[in-house]
Amino acid sequence: MIPLAWYLYLSAALFSIGVFGVLARRNAIAILLGIELMLNAVNVNLVAFWRYGDPTVMSGQVFAVIVFAVAAAEVAVGLSLVYSIYRRRRTVIADELDLMKW
Amino acid sequence: MEASQIIFILSAILILSSAVLVTTSKNLVHAALWLISTLFGVAILYVLLDAGFLAVVQVVVYIGAIAIMFIFAVMLTRRELLDTSEQINKSWPMAAGVAALLMVALGALLAKWDGLFKLPAPMAEGVDPIQSLGIALTSPDLFVLPFEVASVLLLAALLGAVYVAMDKK
Repeated sequence: MIPLAWYLYLSAALFSIGVFGVLARRNAIAILLGIELMLNAVNVNLVAFWRYGDPTVMSGQVFAVIVFAVAAAEVAVGLSLVYSIYRRRRTVIADELDLMKW
Repeated sequence: MEASQIIFILSAILILSSAVLVTTSKNLVHAALWLISTLFGVAILYVLLDAGFLAVVQVVVYIGAIAIMFIFAVMLTRRELLDTSEQINKSWPMAAGVAALLMVALGALLAKWDGLFKLPAPMAEGVDPIQSLGIALTSPDLFVLPFEVASVLLLAALLGAVYVAMDKK
C-alpha cells in the first residue's frame, strides 16, 4: 500500500522541474517539453485523487483523458507555430523572437 | 516494504532523473528521448493506481504521438540542433529559485493537510474501471458533452496546425 503523499510529492517535484525547464530553456521546443512535464504532473495528481477518493466516481479519470486531448492539441499547434517561426526567422531561440516586443 | 512500494520508488527515480535530463541536456533529440522515459515512468504509476486504460493511452498517445512529434520538430529545425551554444538562458538561477520556491511551497501546503497519508480503499468487487470509464464518457448524465467538446478541440487544433505550418507560397 502506497500512501497518497508519495504521489503528491512526486508530482509536485515533477511540476517544479517542468517550471524550471519552461523558465530556463532558450529553445522554444525545449520550453514545450517543460510544459509536457507539467501536464504529466497534473495527470498523476488527478489519477491519484481518483484512486484514493471514491474509485466508482470516474471524474478524475475523465479529467485526465481531457487533459490528454488538450495536451495533444497544444503540442500540435505549438510545434507548428515553432516551425512557422523557424521558416521565417531561421531561429527557434526564444530570446531572439522579439518581433512583438518593441 | 511491499512490491508495489519498491516499484513506485524505482519509477519515481526514473521519472525524476529523466525529467531533470529533459530540462538540462544540450542535445534536443536526447531531451525528447528522456521525455519518453519520463512518460513511461508515469505510465507505470497509472498501472499502480489501477488506471490501466490511462496507462495504455499514455504509451500510445504521449510516447507514440507527442514525443515522436517533438523529435520531428527538432529535426525540422536542424540548424539549432547542431548549434552548440548554451541551451540554458542567463537568468537560470532565478528560474531555479522559482522552481525550488514552488516545490517548498507545495510541500509545506501538503504537509498541513491531514488526509496526506491516506491508504487506498480496495477496488470494489465486480466493478471494472475501464467499463465505468467508458460509460462515464458516453452517458448523457455524465461526461458526454466534455468528451464531444474535446473532439471538436482536436479537430480545431488539427486544422489550425495545418494552416499555421502550411507554406502559403
